[in-house]
Amino acid sequence: MLERYALIGLFAFAAITFPILPLVLAFLFRPKKPTRLKQSTYECGIEIQNEAPEAQAIWVQFRVQYYIYAILFVVFDIEVVFVYPWAVATNQMTFFWVVEMAIFMLILVGALAYAWRKNLLEWV
Amino acid sequence: MDIWSFITNPFVSISQLINNVITSILTSLGVPADITRIVVFLIMAIITITILLLLAPGMMMYMTWLERKLVARMQDRLGPNRVGPFGLLQPIADMIKFLTKEDIVPEGVDGPVHLLAPIVVVIPVILSFAVIQFGVGLGAVDLNLALLYLVALGSVATIGVFMAGFGSHNKFALIGGMRAAAQIISYEIPQVLALSIPVLLAGSISLTGIVQAQSGLFGLGWFIFYIPVGPIAFLVYLIAATAEVNRVPFDLPEAESELVAGYHTEYSGMKFGLFYLAEFLNTFLISAIAATVFFGGWQGPFVAQVPVLGIVYFFGKTILLITVQLWFRGTLPRIRVDQLMNFGWKRLVPISLALVLFTAATLWAYRFVMLALKSLGG
Repeated sequence: MLERYALIGLFAFAAITFPILPLVLAFLFRPKKPTRLKQSTYECGIEIQNEAPEAQAIWVQFRVQYYIYAILFVVFDIEVVFVYPWAVATNQMTFFWVVEMAIFMLILVGALAYAWRKNLLEWV
Repeated sequence: MDIWSFITNPFVSISQLINNVITSILTSLGVPADITRIVVFLIMAIITITILLLLAPGMMMYMTWLERKLVARMQDRLGPNRVGPFGLLQPIADMIKFLTKEDIVPEGVDGPVHLLAPIVVVIPVILSFAVIQFGVGLGAVDLNLALLYLVALGSVATIGVFMAGFGSHNKFALIGGMRAAAQIISYEIPQVLALSIPVLLAGSISLTGIVQAQSGLFGLGWFIFYIPVGPIAFLVYLIAATAEVNRVPFDLPEAESELVAGYHTEYSGMKFGLFYLAEFLNTFLISAIAATVFFGGWQGPFVAQVPVLGIVYFFGKTILLITVQLWFRGTLPRIRVDQLMNFGWKRLVPISLALVLFTAATLWAYRFVMLALKSLGG
């Protein structure tokens, strides 16, 4: 079993070199002629490079919904981590095995229903 | 080794042959058994990794060809047909272009983040290929936690996409990155819950275990046929996974008509090539996972007699599922961001939660009835 994880470790090493190799190759082949205009931020055509950084309107405001979805995600992702070990234990299932997960899920569905009721899932 | 078992199972036979040859050479040289084992392990590991790392870009290149050709036909065009017969050399021309294209790094980007983003996007996909079982005994690693490993790696790519959006110093990239992060985390929950249905049905979390659990009915006991849970779980998985890899109709993070190119607006040359690579390898990966857990992987008629057929079955199923996704690309319009979020949280999450509980209850009831019948009978 440990050998398999050693292979995963070797694979991780190969996976890190895999995307770096073409970048290095491209670095050797590609032309390098940077000009000021070429390096300006992609925009609608108005030159923004002479303005102050604050006035460049790069950083735009975001809806608070992104944050709410992130919090909801954390709740459910932790749940999912518990579902897997429970799901593997099918060979020793009892009635309690089902009820246990039902109770656990009901608590989380309660949270989802609360968020739904409070209109947190609406994209306003 | 008799010739029949070599013909029916060539790849495993060859790997065993190499293994035996190296072992016997080292033993005859008087190397201790422990060191021999380690050397053989290292050589086999290097061979496996090299094959997979050559296979991955090759598959990706011809998937781009297939996509362009198929979508072109669906839209009544010809698609690439100039470079080589049927445009078959087009992917190679594209690769040369990626290599020789100037890499424009705009002013004001967050240097290290901008550079690392494409690398971070590619690494988890390549790592995921380590546990995929391409045929009977044909996987780099037969991990006992394979599905959990795949799920864990699947969420790492979000970081790379968000790094690209955040480090680009561009409004469009930032919006694309935020959208990608929100979309991927929202659709990850139904995806992972849908993947727990095969785990429940098979009672195993390793891909080999799940495939072996589908061996009934003359190699056709696939979980997709476990009506009603199988098809529903597969549909939930397909929708959620398509959203995970930002493909049409869920391509909001890179919506051309709104956001130029989304999170990779400021990338050019090989860095853009790496994003492109990651997207196609992800498409292959989700099709391969769906083929493994819902369509029986390498399972099919006569696999027990002729193991090499397993490769044909596996790639056949995977390519079919890839084609379904390309078909989405050719026919469906992009959905709006509020529709996306509503569908994810108000439809897919409740459906997948109910599905997990329903499957568990059904499994328990089935077992209970079976036990009761057994005790009545004897």
